[in-house]
Amino acid sequence: MNWMAIWVTCKLASLTSLALLILGLPIAYWLTYSKWRWKFLIESIVALPLVLPPTVLGFYILITIGPHSPIGRFYTDLVGHPLPFSFQGLLLASILYSLPFAVQPFATAFEQVDRKLIEASWTLGLSKLKTFFRLILPLSTAGLITGVVLSFAHTLGEFGVVLMVGGNIEGITRTVSIEIYDEVQALNYAAAAKTSALLLLVSYAVLLLVYAMNRRVWSVWPQK
Amino acid sequence: MAPEVTLNIRKTFVDRATIAVQLRLPLDPPSVTILFGPSGSGKTTILRCLAGLEQPEEGTISWNGHIWFDAATHVHVPPQARGLGYMAQAYALFPNYTVEGNIAYGLSGLSVQEKKARVNEVLSLLQIKQLAQQKPTQLSGGQQQRVALARAIARRPQLLLLDEPLSALDAPTRTKLCEDLRMLLTRLAIPAVVVTHDWTEALALGDQMAVIDDGRVLQTGKPQEVFSQPVNADVARVVGIETVIQGRVREIRDELATVQVGPVPVFAVASPGLESDVFVCIRAEDVTLELAGSSETSARNHLRGTVQAVTSLGALVRVTIDCGFLLTALVTRSAQSELRLANGSDVRAAFKAGSVHLIPRR
Repeated sequence: MNWMAIWVTCKLASLTSLALLILGLPIAYWLTYSKWRWKFLIESIVALPLVLPPTVLGFYILITIGPHSPIGRFYTDLVGHPLPFSFQGLLLASILYSLPFAVQPFATAFEQVDRKLIEASWTLGLSKLKTFFRLILPLSTAGLITGVVLSFAHTLGEFGVVLMVGGNIEGITRTVSIEIYDEVQALNYAAAAKTSALLLLVSYAVLLLVYAMNRRVWSVWPQK
Repeated sequence: MAPEVTLNIRKTFVDRATIAVQLRLPLDPPSVTILFGPSGSGKTTILRCLAGLEQPEEGTISWNGHIWFDAATHVHVPPQARGLGYMAQAYALFPNYTVEGNIAYGLSGLSVQEKKARVNEVLSLLQIKQLAQQKPTQLSGGQQQRVALARAIARRPQLLLLDEPLSALDAPTRTKLCEDLRMLLTRLAIPAVVVTHDWTEALALGDQMAVIDDGRVLQTGKPQEVFSQPVNADVARVVGIETVIQGRVREIRDELATVQVGPVPVFAVASPGLESDVFVCIRAEDVTLELAGSSETSARNHLRGTVQAVTSLGALVRVTIDCGFLLTALVTRSAQSELRLANGSDVRAAFKAGSVHLIPRR
């Protein structure tokens, strides 16, 4: 088993989930509470990665951050190396690719917070921001965990976007899914089977956690 | 200018009657204003506009000279800055906090010691100290109501807004908590606006009252006056009772109370322990009229009197009888001609003891 690929994959998935937790909260908040009539335009953009082939998404990201785009040039001038085929580039692509897997559970959780509770908080003098941190967020923990876990699991299994944006650089952008593909190409079925089984187990465990939590099979927090 | 809340707003809805109201609520001395009306009349929306949770399309709202809302100049003071104690209909307690946590929630400006002291103060005021560590889901309806009240008053608001504070409770609890609420409001001396559709609550709690129907204010005045002297048939229909008069309980025996109303005794069904000063309430349709000389029916109350006024309400006729106090009866047109009811004619009014509602008042 290629431990380096596993390490890169875990690092990528963890950082992606973390970034999506920070980035996804304001987006989900805005999508839930905004009364802007054209909101659905943004909603559709956030959901695009759900339906778009990863290669298409990867292609556009590659073009956008490549050396011929202003963004790509700016980044290269700033950091000293180009974004594509680097871990940072791969991370950016992963964040965009898993965006709906974080934002949608977050937004669903926010929507389920009773409007009356939020209004009660306002009349008790708490600003919208304080209400968010002291009321909405604590009442949305199940949705937050679902979003983080799903984006983690989704990043573990990504293939097309990694190949397009990250390439296949050992120790930097070579993830487990690419590793499996390479082993199969090399007719090394035994190694592919091992890695595949690992990915299958981890993914299944992660989904078990999410579904069990949402059905409240067991109490995640002690009931006081 | 006397300190008051003024409200002059207009708000339209797709599926309901337009709300167009003008109200002045006195703030000094602190009093309780009732917004009374059937469900869907717009009273909750008016309360929410006062709270800043909804914005009218037109008009102004001011509190003690401060503009809270002005559609023309786009002024909207958010609910956070209005210094309110607002209690929603289903209480809206925060499920993720304990009773103590709920009450302390809005006290972020205070130090830890002050916060603790304030929480203890309202916990003992509402007699819920033993519930401090419980979660809202573990509480009964009556306990939740007390916690919600405690949370609303903990910040020492300058205006208390209560939306149907008792309607989520079962009847016995409601009667008990209604008395408690009146005492609390008197003790706190915070001006309050209470939305209700229950006339017993309106009489028990209100210093003044506005009858609201279809988004309009039909009548304002002291609750007793509004109930006993509805200005028109619409108000009479909305309020539903027409005789409200002060009385004094003389004795209660076997759940039958003898209440002195002016010069005459009135019999009423009552539970023991009722305060001596009460409002005696009789619905007009519960009063039957008989010829003065006919034999008495089984009803407990038979009062002789003279007809003071006869008003036609379409199929029905409203008759006001002076029988030591003014009693209103609702009879059919045929009964009117059979009994030859006209101003000055003698008649006997009968009503059951069970049709007399006694509402304790201080």
